[in-house]
Amino acid sequence: MRLQKNTLLALYSVLEFAAQPGSQLSVAGIAASLRASPHHLAKVLRTLGRAGLVDSVRGARGGYRFAGNARRVTLMDVIGLFEDIGAPPPRARRGRRPAELALEEVLTEIDDTARATFGSVTLDTMLKLIGRRDGRG
Amino acid sequence: MSSLKRRRGAARERPRPRLRVRSAVPADLAQVIAIDARATGLAKPEYWAGILRRYGRRGARRRFLVAEAGARIVGYLVGEVRDWEFGSPPCGWVFGIGVRPDEREAGIGAALLEAITANFRRLGVATVRTLIARDNQLVLSFFRSQGLMAAPVIPLEKDIG
Repeated sequence: MRLQKNTLLALYSVLEFAAQPGSQLSVAGIAASLRASPHHLAKVLRTLGRAGLVDSVRGARGGYRFAGNARRVTLMDVIGLFEDIGAPPPRARRGRRPAELALEEVLTEIDDTARATFGSVTLDTMLKLIGRRDGRG
Repeated sequence: MSSLKRRRGAARERPRPRLRVRSAVPADLAQVIAIDARATGLAKPEYWAGILRRYGRRGARRRFLVAEAGARIVGYLVGEVRDWEFGSPPCGWVFGIGVRPDEREAGIGAALLEAITANFRRLGVATVRTLIARDNQLVLSFFRSQGLMAAPVIPLEKDIG
C-alpha cells in the first residue's frame, strides 16, 4: 500500500498538530520538520482547513492550529481528502474476461481491508502508537 | 452558554459511581442482554444464558466479566484462552464486549479489557486477540485505541447457503 505524497504530508502534519492541541504552528516550522516545501505544505494545509481539521491564524506570526477531535478523526478522514483508496469507477461486467472479474474481486477485498484499517485508527490512537515506537508509551 | 453546553457540562460534572469489574452472576443477565440488544438490534436470552453457564463460573481460562457502576451493569466482556487453534500458541480471545451507549468514553471498555488481559497474563498467555466485523468501526476503533494491531491471520468464509 502506497499513499500519494500529498496524503502523507497531510497525515504527518495533522499528527504534528494533534500532538500539540491549542498550539499555533507556522507553515515554515512544520515544513522544516517534515523536510517539505512550504509552498507545497501550504496547499495541503488549506485542504485540511477546508475540512475543519485545522484553523488558520492570520497575521505576521500566523500559522495553523488543530481544530479536530483527535479521538474521532481517523486516518481515513484525512486520506479521503486527498485520494480515493480503491474506488475504481464501476464498470459493466458484460464483455469482460472472467479472469479480469476474478482479479477485481481480490483487489476489492484488499481495498476493503485497507479502508477498514484506515477508518479504525484515530489520530489519538496514532499518537499513542508513535509514543510506543518512541519508547514513551 | 447554550442550554446544550450546560447540559453537557452538567453530565460531565456528575460524580460517577465507582467502577467495579467482576465475574457475571445470573442477576446481571437481563442488563447484559439489554446492552447487547441495543448494540446489535437482537435480544438473545438463550445465547446469554449459555454464555453464563459456560463462562460465568470463576474458571481462570473462561471469563464472563461485567463492569458495575453503583447498582447498574454498564458493560460486559467475554473471553477465554484457546490452545493451538490452527497452530497458534495459547492465546487469549475476546469474543464479546459491550458498553452502554450513555456510558461510552468513560474507560469502561478499557477497564474490562485490562481485567481480562491481566487474567490472561497470569495464565502465561502473551497475546490477546479478537475478531471484529470490518464495518464495525466503533468496536474496531476501541480495540485499536487499546493497542491491538492486525493479527498475522486472515479470517476466511464461504457462503454455503
